[in-house]
Amino acid sequence: MNSREATRSAAPLIELQGVTKIYGAGVAAMPALRGIDLVIEAGEFVAVMGPSGSGKSTCMNILGCLDKPTSGTFLFEGFEVGGLSRDQLAVMRRSCLGFIFQGFNLLNRTSALENVELPLIYRGVPVALRHRRARAALATVGLAGWESHTPGELSGGQQQRVAIARAIVTEPKVLLADEPTGNLDSARSREVMELLTTFNRQQGLTVIMVTHEPDMAAYAGQQIHFIDGLINSAALTGRTL
Amino acid sequence: MFWETISLAFREIRRNVLRSSLTILGIVIGVAAVITLVTLGGGATAQVAAEISSLGSNLIQVRAGQGFRGPGRTSGTAKPFKLDDAKAIAQQISGIAAVAPNASRSAQVIAGNTNWSTSITGSTNDFLFVRSWSLANGRSFAESEIRSGKAVCILGATVKRELFGEQDPLGASVRFNTITCQVIGVFEAKGQSSGGNDQDDFILVPLRTLQRRLAGNTDINAIFVSAQDGVSTTKVKEDIERLLRERRRLGEGQDDDFFVRDMQEIMSTLTGTTRILTTLLGAVAAVSLLVGGIGIMNIMLVSVTERTREIGIRLAIGAMEQDVLMQFLVEAVVLSSFGGLFGIAFGLGAAALGAKAMNMPFIFNPGIVALAFVFSGGVGIVFGFFPARKAARLDPIEALRHE
Repeated sequence: MNSREATRSAAPLIELQGVTKIYGAGVAAMPALRGIDLVIEAGEFVAVMGPSGSGKSTCMNILGCLDKPTSGTFLFEGFEVGGLSRDQLAVMRRSCLGFIFQGFNLLNRTSALENVELPLIYRGVPVALRHRRARAALATVGLAGWESHTPGELSGGQQQRVAIARAIVTEPKVLLADEPTGNLDSARSREVMELLTTFNRQQGLTVIMVTHEPDMAAYAGQQIHFIDGLINSAALTGRTL
Repeated sequence: MFWETISLAFREIRRNVLRSSLTILGIVIGVAAVITLVTLGGGATAQVAAEISSLGSNLIQVRAGQGFRGPGRTSGTAKPFKLDDAKAIAQQISGIAAVAPNASRSAQVIAGNTNWSTSITGSTNDFLFVRSWSLANGRSFAESEIRSGKAVCILGATVKRELFGEQDPLGASVRFNTITCQVIGVFEAKGQSSGGNDQDDFILVPLRTLQRRLAGNTDINAIFVSAQDGVSTTKVKEDIERLLRERRRLGEGQDDDFFVRDMQEIMSTLTGTTRILTTLLGAVAAVSLLVGGIGIMNIMLVSVTERTREIGIRLAIGAMEQDVLMQFLVEAVVLSSFGGLFGIAFGLGAAALGAKAMNMPFIFNPGIVALAFVFSGGVGIVFGFFPARKAARLDPIEALRHE
C-alpha cells in the first residue's frame, strides 16, 4: 500500500500536456500534433499506432528528444524538456534513451561489437569496460560469437538484434522503437518482440513502440492510437488515462 | 574519446585510399616544393658562406678587365697590372693588412713517371695570408727565394695526391716546361668551390719565378688585397679604384678597365638571391596550400553528404554537436597532415638527390620541416571547419531519413 502511494506521488516517467507541433508558418502552416496529453509510467510497454500522417512519428521524435514541441509541456521524470538546447537534448538522448529503427541504422563496414560500443564511446566509457558491456549486451540478444561480423554479414533479424543491443547497452530508461519489425518476416518479428518483452518484464525497461501491425501491438500492455494529430481516446486499450 | 576520434579518422581515410590520396595531392606537391627548395637553398648558402670564409672575409680582389658588368673587353685584352701597381696599393692606401700580386699559367707537371695538368700560380708569401691558405707540412718561401725567383714550389693537396700519392713530396722535384722545381711545402686541403672548381688543384711558386721562367713577361693578372680587421672593405675598395684609375690614366667619363670586388658584394648578391627565392617560395607555398585546402574542403563536403545517415545515427544515439564537429575536423586535419608528411618525405628525397646532382651539401633544416607540418595541419583545420560544422548542425531527424 505504502509503496504504491510512493510511486503515485512521484512524477510519471513521461508526461505530455497539450503538446502541439506545427511545421511551417502562416498559410503553409501544417499542424502535425494538435494538443496531445499523454502519461507513460516507468515500466510500461506502449504500442503507438495510427495511419501515416496521423502524427505518431512526430510524437515519437518529440519523445525521443530529437525534436521540440511548438507548444505545450514535455516532462521527463517531472523535468521540463521542451526548452532544452540542442546539446542538452543530446545529453538527454545519451543518458536516458535508446533507439531502434525500422531500417536498423547500423554503421556499415563496422563490426557488431563496434556498433554496440558506439553510444558508450560518446559517454566516455573506458575501452575495457566498453568491450565488456558491449559483449554482454550482444550476448543478451543472443549474438555471442558474432561480435566481429559487419552488418552486411548478418541477416535482417540479426541486424535488428545488434541494434537492440546498441540501444540497451547504455541501460536507458526508455527504449523507443520505430516500427522495429517493419523490415522483418513474422518469425524474426516474433524474436524481436520477445526480446523487447523480456527487457520490459525482467528489467522494467519502459518500451514505446510504433507499429502498423496489430499482432505486434498485442505484445504491448497499452496501445495509443493517433489520428489527425490527436490521440484517439476511444481506441485506448489497457490502462486509461 | 580523442583516440577513438583519431582512429575513426584513420579508418575513414583508409576506406577511400584513392580518393584520400588524390585529395592530399595538392598539399603534398606544395609542401614538397617548399622543402626541396628551402633545403637546396640552405645547402647553396652554406656552401657559398663556407667558400667566402675560406677566401677570407676581408679579401678584396682586383682584376684587369670589366668583370661581369656588361659586354665589352675581357680581361684578356685589358691592360694587365705590373708589380708596381701592387706596391702602390700596399704603400698608398691605408687600412690594408697585406697585398698579394698574382700571376698564373697552366702547365703539365711531371714528377717521376706521373704527370698532371694543373695551374701554376706565382705570388709572394702574402698569398698564404690573404687567401687563408695554411701549410699541411713544409715551409713557405724564404725572402731570398722570392727576390731571386728560385725554382721552389708549394703543392696544392690535389696535385700532391695525383703526383705523389701517399709519399712525402718534401725535397722531391717536379718538372714543368723547362723548369725543375723543388717541393718545399704542401697546402692544407680546402675542397671544392661553389662553382665546382677544385681549389686544391694548383702549385704556388714565387712570382718572379713564374714571370721569368714560365710567362716570359712581368704581367700580373690579379692583385689580392686583405683589409685590416675592422676596416670597411667598401672604403678600401673605393680607394683602390681611385688609385688605379689614376695610375692607368683613365679620364673622366671613361669606364674602368679593371674591377675591384669585395666579399660584401658577393654576400649581398647572395642575400638578394636568397630573398627573391624566399618570396617565390612563399608564393608557391601559399598557392599550393590554398589549392590543397580547397581540395580537402571539397572532399569533406562530399563526405558529409555521403555520410548524412551515419551522422544522423550518431546524433540520435547521443553524439553532441562538438563530437561530430571534432570527428570531421580531425579527419580533415589527419588528411592534410598526411599530405604534409608525404610532402616532407618527397621534398627531402628530392633535395637529397638534387644536392647530390649539383654537388652541394645536403643540409637538413628541422625548422622548415616542422613549419611545413604545422602549416599543413593548419590547412586541415581551416578548410575542414566549414564541412565539419555543416555535419554537426545537421538535423538528426532529417539525417536519419536521408538515403
